[in-house]
Amino acid sequence: MTAVTDDLPVRRRSWLAASLRFARRQPLGTFGLVIVVIAAIAGLSAEWIAPYSPTANDFAAMTEPPSAAHWLGTDQFGRDLLSRIVYGARTALIIGFVSAFVGGFLGLVLGVASAYFGGWIDDVLQRVMDILMAFPLIIMALAVVAIFGTGVQNVIAAITVPLVPRCARVVRSSALSIREVPYIDAARTSGFSHARIILRHMVPNVVAPFLIMLTAFVGQAILAEASLSYLGLGVQEPTPAWGLMLQGGAEEYASTAPWIAIFPGLAIALTVFGFSLFGDALRDAIDPKMRER
Amino acid sequence: MHRYILNRLLLSIPTLIGAAALVFLLMRLIPGDICMVRLGGSGGTVSASALAACHAQIGLERSLPLQFLDFIGGFAIGDFGTSMWSGKPVVQEIASRLPVSLEIALLATIVAVAIAIPLGTISALKQNSWLDHVVRTVAIAGIATPSFWLGILSILIVLDVSHYLLGSPWMPSIDYVPLWDDPWGNLSIVILPAITIGYRYSAVTMRMTRSAMLEVLREDYIRTARAKGLVEQLIINRHALKNAMLPVVTLIGMEFAFLIGGLVVTEQVFNLNGIGRLFVLAVQNQDYTLTQALVMLTVAVFVVTNLVVDVLYAWLDPRIRFG
Repeated sequence: MTAVTDDLPVRRRSWLAASLRFARRQPLGTFGLVIVVIAAIAGLSAEWIAPYSPTANDFAAMTEPPSAAHWLGTDQFGRDLLSRIVYGARTALIIGFVSAFVGGFLGLVLGVASAYFGGWIDDVLQRVMDILMAFPLIIMALAVVAIFGTGVQNVIAAITVPLVPRCARVVRSSALSIREVPYIDAARTSGFSHARIILRHMVPNVVAPFLIMLTAFVGQAILAEASLSYLGLGVQEPTPAWGLMLQGGAEEYASTAPWIAIFPGLAIALTVFGFSLFGDALRDAIDPKMRER
Repeated sequence: MHRYILNRLLLSIPTLIGAAALVFLLMRLIPGDICMVRLGGSGGTVSASALAACHAQIGLERSLPLQFLDFIGGFAIGDFGTSMWSGKPVVQEIASRLPVSLEIALLATIVAVAIAIPLGTISALKQNSWLDHVVRTVAIAGIATPSFWLGILSILIVLDVSHYLLGSPWMPSIDYVPLWDDPWGNLSIVILPAITIGYRYSAVTMRMTRSAMLEVLREDYIRTARAKGLVEQLIINRHALKNAMLPVVTLIGMEFAFLIGGLVVTEQVFNLNGIGRLFVLAVQNQDYTLTQALVMLTVAVFVVTNLVVDVLYAWLDPRIRFG
């Protein structure tokens, strides 16, 4: 027996080889990943990359077009747009990742638990998810901000809540089929606790669709943050945030200083584009049915 | 089928009551109330007697359970009450703002469907061709682009183009005129917001159409249809597209229900007085009755859209039968 296994070629693909294979098969996805990595580097090392402080006003250079001194121009307060966009990446990614992970994790646990327990627990959880799905996100956000005030944590709370039911729905439908698999029955008859069966045996089996959803969630959360900040309900001045940069000045100076409107919007669109491309490629790479599509 | 619809309608009652409870509690958790906003609007302190009189006038002195029962009871018989801020009936407030929002939403849906279904189908038929790649990239870009930014850019383009052509920048009026009174004036107001919302909507629908078509085109009955020599056009239209429309219809329905979020932001960009802006005003003024009515309206639209979509499923796919 041992001889047979020894003779079998062991296919161990290194991390680098797997990455290269992904890059060759999914060029668009790799392009998306590159955008995400650039945004992440900008966010992580904003202090070193940004040429100016994001809050420093240069009143001698207000609404200045792109130039050698200010690559992307300045806003109506004389602040360097490039520096604000670089720092804005940090705000966007913090809010995007935290909301997506917290919302995704809660949705994962609730979705698997709902499928595992079934019966009245499933019914009650599904009704709660229905209510949260049907409740308009923007009203939830308006209320959260009115109750707790504006600020990064409250924006995260407002964005996280609507992500939970969306994740729970998808995870529940995957988990329902896993519940019927014999090893779950075996785990039950072995007397394992509900928590152990859910966390050790069911969650790992729904991780693939969950991870794909998570990349989409980060993009959606970045878009939601930008919309809330644009409405004045999200991050507040002077914190650099992309949506906030489009509020006020962007429309007022649309014809005289269009760069104020163009570049921050481009930053949002490119980053979310990157996450979407990467998420799509990840789905195609993981799901064998999608490979040929 | 009738029993299924009845069952679904009964199941929607807990959802509506839950949403009612949620909006009721959320609004009352906001510090202060409409009387504080009204009386404290000019600054300075608010006297306790004036506050009590204001509370008595709009019924806020009653206990919370009583207020909730009043709200739910009114909703059940279709009585939404009067706006705490303007004193006008809530129905009247909503009715005056609804036409512009509804027109934008419908036009956005038409724009989306008109772009998405042909392009999604072509993309699936020409899978992995350059056309497919272009369509997919445009679709992902549509999902990634914030609608308010697209709105700002469209304003920018209109201003620049009109300045170039007419000599002075031109923008459509922000005062809504009904379509039958002034068709050109009406379209000039709603077309840009509709395209702004419709692009994202079409992108999502296009992706779903493509993926559904790819799945259906691999089915045995398509191979059978081809084997018996049916014209390709007929195979696509009658056999493939009709079956691929199932998930697409669901998505169109769900997205229509979610349009309200897009409207809040887009109406802000284009300075339009629609339902979206009314929502923001109602919450900011802490107008409980108006906010509650608007949320219930949105939730009801969501629930009904879901039901209609599920019933459409049965019509589109005879294999699905409801018990």
